[in-house]
Amino acid sequence: MTAALRLKLENIVKEYPGCRANDGIDLTVEAGEIHALLGENGAGKSTLMKVIYGVVQPDAGTMTWNGHPVRVTSPAQAREMGIGMVFQHFSLFETLTVAENIALGLPPEEARNRGELDRRIREVSERYGMALDPRRYVSTLSVGERQRVEIVRCLIQESTLLILDEPTSVLTPQEVADLFATLRQLAKEGCSILFISHKLEEVRALCHNATVLRQGRVSGDCKPAEVSAAEIARLMVGDDTPISTRVAAAEAGDVLLEVRDLSWQSGDPFGTSLKHINLDLHQGEIVGIAGVAGNGQDELLKALSGEIRSARDSLSFGGVGIGALKPDQRRRLGVAIVPEERLGRGAVPGMTLAENALLTASSQRLVERGMIRFGKVREFSREVIRQFGVRCTGEDSTAASLSGGNLQKYIIGREALQNPKLLVASHPTWGVDVGSAVAIHEALVRLRDEGASILLISEDLDELFQLCGRIGAICNGRLSPLAPTADLTIEQLGEWMAGGFDNGEATHAAA
Amino acid sequence: MLLLERRPVDSALMRWTSPVLALVLTVITGFFLFLAMGKDPVEGLRFFFITPISDLIGLAELGLKMAPLLLCAAGLTVCYRAKLWNIGAEGHFLMGALGASVVAVQLVDASGFWVLPLVLVAGVIAGMLWSAIAAGLKTHLNCNEILTTIMLNYIALNLLLFTVHGPLKDPYGFGFPQSVMFAESALLPDLIPGTRLHLGLAFGVLAAVAVWVLFARSFIGFQLNVVGQDQRAAAFAGFGARRLTWFAFLVGGATAGLAGASEVTGPIGQLVPQVSPGYGYTAIIVVFLGRMHALGIIAASALLALTFIGGEMLQIAMNMPKATTGLFQGLLLFYLLTCDAFIHYRLRLKQPVRQSTPVAASAATQEA
Repeated sequence: MTAALRLKLENIVKEYPGCRANDGIDLTVEAGEIHALLGENGAGKSTLMKVIYGVVQPDAGTMTWNGHPVRVTSPAQAREMGIGMVFQHFSLFETLTVAENIALGLPPEEARNRGELDRRIREVSERYGMALDPRRYVSTLSVGERQRVEIVRCLIQESTLLILDEPTSVLTPQEVADLFATLRQLAKEGCSILFISHKLEEVRALCHNATVLRQGRVSGDCKPAEVSAAEIARLMVGDDTPISTRVAAAEAGDVLLEVRDLSWQSGDPFGTSLKHINLDLHQGEIVGIAGVAGNGQDELLKALSGEIRSARDSLSFGGVGIGALKPDQRRRLGVAIVPEERLGRGAVPGMTLAENALLTASSQRLVERGMIRFGKVREFSREVIRQFGVRCTGEDSTAASLSGGNLQKYIIGREALQNPKLLVASHPTWGVDVGSAVAIHEALVRLRDEGASILLISEDLDELFQLCGRIGAICNGRLSPLAPTADLTIEQLGEWMAGGFDNGEATHAAA
Repeated sequence: MLLLERRPVDSALMRWTSPVLALVLTVITGFFLFLAMGKDPVEGLRFFFITPISDLIGLAELGLKMAPLLLCAAGLTVCYRAKLWNIGAEGHFLMGALGASVVAVQLVDASGFWVLPLVLVAGVIAGMLWSAIAAGLKTHLNCNEILTTIMLNYIALNLLLFTVHGPLKDPYGFGFPQSVMFAESALLPDLIPGTRLHLGLAFGVLAAVAVWVLFARSFIGFQLNVVGQDQRAAAFAGFGARRLTWFAFLVGGATAGLAGASEVTGPIGQLVPQVSPGYGYTAIIVVFLGRMHALGIIAASALLALTFIGGEMLQIAMNMPKATTGLFQGLLLFYLLTCDAFIHYRLRLKQPVRQSTPVAASAATQEA
């Protein structure tokens, strides 16, 4: 590894109204170095990345690029300099194809040659194990596939500094391993990588150096391979947050939910159809569904929530066929859903927290004879905020003003306080800070101990192994058998995630 | 260099100053318009905005024109809150007038308290039937409601013209395309004796109050708001989009139908081809100018009613063309939409930077 400095930041300060997001941050990244940037949500990571990428201008501080002082005034300039960025919230146009999205970031002469561009996209994506069809529309892609587009876009632009914001959150262990191989190869070729993650084990496995942020300041630098994950976590969250450990399994009760031969044909040619899904869910247990994004998780969630309706008896809930019921009817029976998207599905961004309580909790005597009882609504909302430690200015804050972790705590709390018999949660801790993730896990376990059934759809295998009594995987719309967590190896689960299980037809490659 | 940049939070102040600003800009433009036409601008603006409402008769005329605007706007507000762009109030209005007339013509010899309610209900039902066509096309065939409602407006107009030239034509009307005069029992009572102001205005105000209650207090109003702001959240919550679409369209058809019925049973007293000077279209401006809020649409309907009588006043007093009304209404909507851009965006003075590249990405998601 050469010692040439690729990027050097000194004393970066960025202030937003009411909050000092970056408060004198120093950071150096060498050529060919994989550097981790760690910190909870709100620690200032995103702001720092936006400074580097030219999205925002720092109020003070200097940036040195390959030995020359620079001022990056726009992302276009950053890209020209060789800085590529993969945002956590993707910046893709849904109405355009993969190739068109990538072409947007390229010089005109390269963008015009579509045949050549398609070829390069296929080549790069296949070389790094991220199969992509350049002509598919982004709107038809799953979250995980969209991220592949973002990564491939940077690779095609031949960046010398790649900034990746939580890139592994939607990948299988095999894919993570492939991505890491790619990143290591890129680093060997001299490319620097700034790797933002919450997953400490990944940082320890991949990164040469790490900078930890807390509350806008650097709280420590370390070589992650040489210190324990617990030590890094302490740097991130301070000394007072408990670090969660594996949850003791509970005694499962009677069968609550029976899914029998549930099939659903997707209207979208690129969508995933559900095929012959069978599943039993007992009272007082947490069952996990692993899988790569876009293999039918969203469809399964919708089939359970009632957004997709099926034959009446394909879903039996406490002995009652609910397959044909609408979401609000199911909710009244005790089905609670936490969808993957917090803003724009789980909550209406422009509405207040109180109004968002009304979204799913109207049956909690919040509405009487068609009229809203605002006193009760606010009371319910305040109770969620209090019990789940939601950090906000009150029940009149808009949903969009909360950080991802806090909004997620609110949504989980909103469902939990309705005493559901069944809770289906999809990626409940995706992009959530460590402290909130612990609180969310505790809430799920508490519900389970009170006798509820919980179905946890997640791509975070640590989370699944930590919480679930039984785990299965979904691949291409088919569900693998479920195995008790104690008897299941991560290799076995990885095989299931890739479609290697036998119930019915079994010749499927990973999507 | 001036830069139009997205505000981190929408401006609440601008939301309410924008209509006022639009009105001021309209008046200023009107000033120069009069000047360009060789008329005295101060005189012209006075005739347009002040003279029509300087006595009781004038105010009553204002109320008379407000009634149909307010009724149509109340129904459209219900649709627009749910982002259902129903442009069909004009068609609902015409069908309401036609439906009411069909019943009233059968009852020219009848008397009794039940005649008027029956006639009005016929108008309401006719308006609802007309809006139901657009609702059904949207929920079952996924047709764009903007296109279907506009086309249905033209069909309604031609249906009305056919009827008034044919089946409903007064046989003793010297060949004029108009129906017989309705019976006294089918006419709306006056609100202020000696003026033409009738009960229709009370219907309009009641409709505005109902809209206020709907959105401030009722669960169905909340559901309409959710559908308008976030369809995926509405689907997730189980607020049936179909059911709400039907509700909004039927309310829109009912209020506009009542407006049409009130017009033929009010000042006109018979069915004539020119029953509407475009109330259903002007009501769209009322809704946007009134910020889809009950109080707002009451104020906005008064202002736009004024453009109708102000335009007439200019025709009489200054020999200006009839198009003046439409011109002022158009200017108002144009300026309103322009000013509304500043609810979401703001202007910022920017130092020209070397190698200036437009920045598309915004810092929308700030970590706090």
